[in-house]
Amino acid sequence: MSSEEAALPKEHYLSGGWDLKSWLLTTDHKRIGILYLVSITLMFALGSFYAALVRWNLLVPDGSHMSADTYNKAFTGHGVIMVFFFLIPSIPATLGNFLIPLMIGAKDLAFPRINLLSWYVYVIGGGITLYALLTGGLETGWTFYTPYSTVFAQSNVELAAVGIFVAGFSSILTGLNFIVTIHKMRAPGMTWFRMPLFVWAHYATAIIQVLGTPVIAITILLVALERIVHFGFFDPNRGGDPILFQHLFWFYSHPAVYIMILPSMGVISEIITCFSRKRIFGYSFIAMSSLAIAAIGFLVWAHHMFVTGMAVYSAMVFSALTYLVAVPSAIKTFNWTATLYRGSVQWDTPMIYVFCFIGLFLIGGLTGLFLGNLGTDVHLTDTYFVVAHFHYIMVGGAIMGYLGGLHFWWPKITGRKYVEAWGKVSSLLVFVGFNLTFFPQFVLGYLGMPRRYHVYPDEFQVLNVLSTAGATILGFGYLFPFSYLFHSIFRGQPAGNDPWHAKGLEWTTTSPPPTANFETVPVVTEEPYDYGEPPKGDGHV
Amino acid sequence: MSEAAHHPSLQHHFVDLEQQREAASLGMWVFIAQEVLFFGGLFASYAVYRHQYPAAFSAGSHHLSWRIGFANTLVLIGSSLTMAMAVHSAAVGKSRRAVGFLLATILLGSVFLGVKYFEYGEKIRPCFGDGPYSGCLVPGERFDASAVHLSGDEGRHSQIFFSLYFGMTGLHALHMIVGIPIILTVATLAWRGAYGPRYHTPVEMVGLYWHFVDIIWIFLFPLLYLIGAH
Amino acid sequence: MSGHVVSWKIYLAVFAALAALTGVTVLVTGYDFGPLNLIVALGVAVTKASLVVLYFMHARYSPRLTGVVIASGLAFFVILVFLILTDYLSRPWPLTAAG
Repeated sequence: MSSEEAALPKEHYLSGGWDLKSWLLTTDHKRIGILYLVSITLMFALGSFYAALVRWNLLVPDGSHMSADTYNKAFTGHGVIMVFFFLIPSIPATLGNFLIPLMIGAKDLAFPRINLLSWYVYVIGGGITLYALLTGGLETGWTFYTPYSTVFAQSNVELAAVGIFVAGFSSILTGLNFIVTIHKMRAPGMTWFRMPLFVWAHYATAIIQVLGTPVIAITILLVALERIVHFGFFDPNRGGDPILFQHLFWFYSHPAVYIMILPSMGVISEIITCFSRKRIFGYSFIAMSSLAIAAIGFLVWAHHMFVTGMAVYSAMVFSALTYLVAVPSAIKTFNWTATLYRGSVQWDTPMIYVFCFIGLFLIGGLTGLFLGNLGTDVHLTDTYFVVAHFHYIMVGGAIMGYLGGLHFWWPKITGRKYVEAWGKVSSLLVFVGFNLTFFPQFVLGYLGMPRRYHVYPDEFQVLNVLSTAGATILGFGYLFPFSYLFHSIFRGQPAGNDPWHAKGLEWTTTSPPPTANFETVPVVTEEPYDYGEPPKGDGHV
Repeated sequence: MSEAAHHPSLQHHFVDLEQQREAASLGMWVFIAQEVLFFGGLFASYAVYRHQYPAAFSAGSHHLSWRIGFANTLVLIGSSLTMAMAVHSAAVGKSRRAVGFLLATILLGSVFLGVKYFEYGEKIRPCFGDGPYSGCLVPGERFDASAVHLSGDEGRHSQIFFSLYFGMTGLHALHMIVGIPIILTVATLAWRGAYGPRYHTPVEMVGLYWHFVDIIWIFLFPLLYLIGAH
Repeated sequence: MSGHVVSWKIYLAVFAALAALTGVTVLVTGYDFGPLNLIVALGVAVTKASLVVLYFMHARYSPRLTGVVIASGLAFFVILVFLILTDYLSRPWPLTAAG
């Protein structure tokens, strides 16, 4: 069963046709996952382009590289695309779609046609938003704060708002599909506590998608209506309250960050156990902490609003709840660490990304504590400290998990192995580039550099130049996986069913899997992650 | 068992009709939960602004006709009854009766929408043409606060009430407008004999949707039409 | 539901109750209960909605999971409204003993 003798199966989900119709009218969750993969990769490239513009401008303190308006459009485009069109769908729509039915022993998701619909909705929403960004742009920040966005902005606000509104339904439909699938489509013997933690993570994520997204949908719709019909809902001149907009906006947008991180945490749980050759420590704690993060995550949103003039007593409540939400994340981190203990660590690329995740997520999470504290937040809010904090979580955390997961399941998705050496090189570039980009921003923020400003005081230039240099390295770091993964589709060594010797139903079927996922419906009798005792010696199985 | 497995409406990824129906039901309830939050943003805004501007809200509400609202509420609740009867008929195999009840639901729903069209018209028509726009109740430059016997700040605040009135009832009406063609589609399929006691899931699902729309109105009526003593 | 068919008589009874409660909600506007006005109005509306959910929507005869979904939707709606109101309702509160 060594992978050197492996060959691609004769028939699998990709062999049944490559014409446009087989892709655009597919209801196969695996093909839909790939449709999403292509779409979000394009979006990531565009979002990165906007990031490059931002870092290019910040090379010099006087903002001479572009006008202030262009700069505003650059950071807005970066935020809108990366949040709504890359991070939110990323793992759920690609890896989640592909793997969840496989992991629970089902033939497909509960609603395959709704799955395809969700992709079309994403594409239409993305198309509308891109059109808005590219013809005239958007300069409000991805947060659309009123009354600037509703009264004063001179750009394509209503068009972008409609695009985001539409795309939100893609997220809702995906979440709905996952919830019903996980409840109703599990194979015989696959009880809740035998499910992979990746599935638990997506279940928790799906709850947030279903309950949170509609609130931003209505809110952004109101913004569009304000501009078109001039209702005055958020306009102080007409009795409207801009703070209400922020309450409604952040009610979704805070849980949204948990939509971005929970699936990544699910990936980490899967990889860390396989590459430690050890059963995961504290399975039920990790599973329950996913649900806890989803629930408590809905209670903390106003920590984005401490300096707006909201009531101090209310702010105190939100601050206390914010400290509470850190606990389940910490529980996960402790359990992962305990999994490593006495494990037999194998340093393949997915595992490298796991270590990147744990270290960088730790820094991101801990720096959140300064922001959740009412007193220190007054100093740090709206500075680069916040920017660094959330990039450590979203890039250092979520994207590392995404890259790790892509590498881990790439052989299953494509049937082929990528070149491991390139994986290691890229992960190093990404890690170094990332830290060089964002660590200086903690310092800058602490020293007082505000975010979203086109110019900055001269004494901040060195740190900004370091940051831009880091961003360049990071950019190259991302280009490498794009090329060697793509190349492996055509030239990679066939992987065989289970190249990593991992546990989990997805590894019991062929790589790539057949269209119906399994030859026969699996019956589950084992506990998850049944890696047994770690072998003595160097641990390679 | 094999008879059920070959039911023409059974989709291939489900084991049996029961699993398919349970999945559909759960899916529709999750969708409804999502809708609760969708309308929820508007209800939250209502809560905030009513707390901040009680007088303006009271004045705005007094201007609405509670008699029309009351009658329309009965119409909509009636349509929920006919919808429940439609599901019942489909469940006991009486397809033709189900079609009748579904059409009755559409009829009552259309009456509701017609009344709303009339109510909106009263408030929107004065806003067209050249001044003085008296009686115009669309928030914006042409809003006529004197129609609700207010002026100045409170006049402006009453615009928020009418923003919510149009926004909430408008979104509600939109849900009905989307629902009616779907009910018509289901009725057509029922007429063609697609449903029976073993499979009538689409009728149940459209029923759940319609009842939810009714529930939203059950809250909108007192919150918009009946503020303060009359 | 598993084949459970609710009798049409129950539907008729529920309709009658809903119509009656609608009448009640209009009638009580003739009386001023002060701050309780809103509570009464919402109480009647919640009762009506419960009847629709339990009987018209068959929640009474549905699996427990349905109840969990309903409760979750409502719970997060309540969180949305309640936590937002903690801001608006506590704005006038004094920051120190001196006000």
